[in-house]
Amino acid sequence: MVTSSFVCNRRLGAGMTLTGAEIVVRCLQEEKVDYVFGYPGGSVLYLYDELFKQDRVRHVLVRHEQAAVHAADGYARVTARVGVALVTSGPGATNAVTGIATAYMDSIPLVVISGQVPTAAIGMDAFQEVDTVGITRPCVKHNFLVKDVRDLATTLKKAFLIASTGRPGPVLVDIPKDVTAQRCEFVYPKDISLRSYNPVIKGHSGQIRKALQLLHGARRPLIYFGGGVVLADAAEKLTKLTRLLNLPCAGTLMGLGSYPGTDRQFLGMLGMHGSYEANMAMHYCDVLLAVGARFDDRVIGNTAHFMQEPRKIIHVDIDPSSISKRVKVDVPIVGCVGDVLDDMISMLESGGSTGPGKDALDAWWRQIEEWRGRNCMSYKNSDEVIKPQYVIEKLWEVTGGDAFVATDVGQHQMWAAQYYKFDKPRRWATSGGLGTMGFGLPAAMGIQLAHPGKPVACITGEGSIQMCIQELSTCKQYRLPIKILSLNNRYLGMVRQWQQIFHGNRYSESYMDSLPDFAKLAEAYGHVGLQITKPGDVEGALREAFARKNDLVFLDFQIDQTENVFPMIQGGKGLNDMILSAEDL
Amino acid sequence: MRHVLSLLLENEAGALSRVSGLFSARGYNIESLTVAPTEDASLSRMTVVTNGSDEVIEQISKQLNKLIDVVKVVDVSEAPHIERELLLVKVRAVGKDREEMKRMTEIFRGRIVDVTDSSYVIELTGTQEKLDSFIGAIDSALILESVRSGICGIGRGERVLKL
Repeated sequence: MVTSSFVCNRRLGAGMTLTGAEIVVRCLQEEKVDYVFGYPGGSVLYLYDELFKQDRVRHVLVRHEQAAVHAADGYARVTARVGVALVTSGPGATNAVTGIATAYMDSIPLVVISGQVPTAAIGMDAFQEVDTVGITRPCVKHNFLVKDVRDLATTLKKAFLIASTGRPGPVLVDIPKDVTAQRCEFVYPKDISLRSYNPVIKGHSGQIRKALQLLHGARRPLIYFGGGVVLADAAEKLTKLTRLLNLPCAGTLMGLGSYPGTDRQFLGMLGMHGSYEANMAMHYCDVLLAVGARFDDRVIGNTAHFMQEPRKIIHVDIDPSSISKRVKVDVPIVGCVGDVLDDMISMLESGGSTGPGKDALDAWWRQIEEWRGRNCMSYKNSDEVIKPQYVIEKLWEVTGGDAFVATDVGQHQMWAAQYYKFDKPRRWATSGGLGTMGFGLPAAMGIQLAHPGKPVACITGEGSIQMCIQELSTCKQYRLPIKILSLNNRYLGMVRQWQQIFHGNRYSESYMDSLPDFAKLAEAYGHVGLQITKPGDVEGALREAFARKNDLVFLDFQIDQTENVFPMIQGGKGLNDMILSAEDL
Repeated sequence: MRHVLSLLLENEAGALSRVSGLFSARGYNIESLTVAPTEDASLSRMTVVTNGSDEVIEQISKQLNKLIDVVKVVDVSEAPHIERELLLVKVRAVGKDREEMKRMTEIFRGRIVDVTDSSYVIELTGTQEKLDSFIGAIDSALILESVRSGICGIGRGERVLKL
């Protein structure tokens, strides 16, 4: 068989040409894409034909396009590379939208290639036609419709550039079928610049100096870090700065792992289900250094209440529109988090500035330790019924805190965030912004492919897992030995919790009857399924699961049906008004 | 506060809907929006008239700048500037109204650009207020139809919005 690269070279030898489909595959090769997650269909047949003829770009056949995008997303989150998905026109594209919006809300770099009906058929209500560029416009960083094969290579180059630079995000490239069949010469641009796109990397040194002055004079300083630190791969720098100044720090759901979760200076997660000490410190600090975070409503609670307390805010973010969006900021610093932290560290190390005074800081730490003494994450364990918190704690022990963890959305997600202590960044993949149920399993697939041989856990619930359960089949096809921990309480737990607290115990449509036997279901897909009903069996089951290096193991933990996530800040309340346990209700 | 934002954006399919989609998605107001290609055919210039507090206007201009197709954004209403809008209005013009319409058009320095035995089309440019007062000054019962372009804005003096 003649390899396609040979064919290409021969054709290119003397002004020879490639088809659009060949160009797409060549571009992916140039970008060193190793996995494409996708699902074929009529509009992408030429593309799939070219994928078939080569083996540098490997294709992963999912069972639903939503999963293709989530898998590419999970891959991107743990590798810092651009995730790539390929879907067909019409329903292929609309199924991908949830995945694209998920990535957009969490600023994950993706290139999504969608097939489109032939250019002549666009606008004719053709079979499997949908205005993909129109539908995805509000949930992509940018998108393109390529109507001329001569624009294809440049457009893909732009797509990878836009997706991976500045504040990252998904970019969609919609390619009509006829464009994939047309021919032109192939030149992949080495570099490309867009006159309208120049993300600021370097922070303004005057602003950085101002920020350090504020920190120098602070009596109750706090570092508040978010997903931007992970995206900028700046965890080490953040850790260095935090330790240099002996400051307390607290992270958002998206930022977990940017500072070691087991370290004393880490106060825990912020926000609605964050720790008491983190939220109190956030509320009562006098200088707040926000790094790669965006003052999300789930983090600061009621904005007006948050702003009542006087404090100076320094905000470092690569996206100017994130600054002063929800809260007014005193010292805005637009720039890449890593570069700005570097500058801060070097100014401190060169003696240009010093941290807060020791006395003030000691007093602040004493206050924090007092808050910490409330031990807000304690829970009543039981010998009778499995407590979800206990499952996560055991998972952390069994994996030595070193697993890659993907989650779905709901109570299990919060318990995972609270009880799995992430010491490293890019170990944690969760849908923070959009809150997409069904994210976990496909994201875990992308993670496992990126890190073969490494322990990957998907923490989920019986509600979420059923939103993408078909991917158990994909996991079998690609032999992905993911460990699925389903915290099964037969309820849509977070919905039930809100109904209990805010809606007078009226559990409207949050109970699921007629659930499948998940262990048997996993077995039907060719995996190993375990049902665990007793607390005493939790650790053994986890050890057995992780010992099975080559098997996907579905652990169906039958947990306490009434357990709620605490601490909790009720909607509209302030950060210093937390419910610490069921007794506070 | 009313603000007049001027944008240079790539003259590409979809650029307009990116801008208008941003306004609707984030709940910003658009009072008027005009757009056309510039002398450099690769660029379009857009004028958006919007309302909002200083914080909202700052967010609008940051969000606009974030769009990949948007090359530059300035708030021309921050400094001395000129605003012009075009009005075309078709009025019934018979009997004594014929002369009256012609007189009003002259007073407002408009032009009659289409004439039939029963109607005029009057062309008038000026600020929003001028067009409003013309509409107020003529007998509303005589207006058959009217169309306004929305505002174009440009800074006075040395202030230039260019690449």
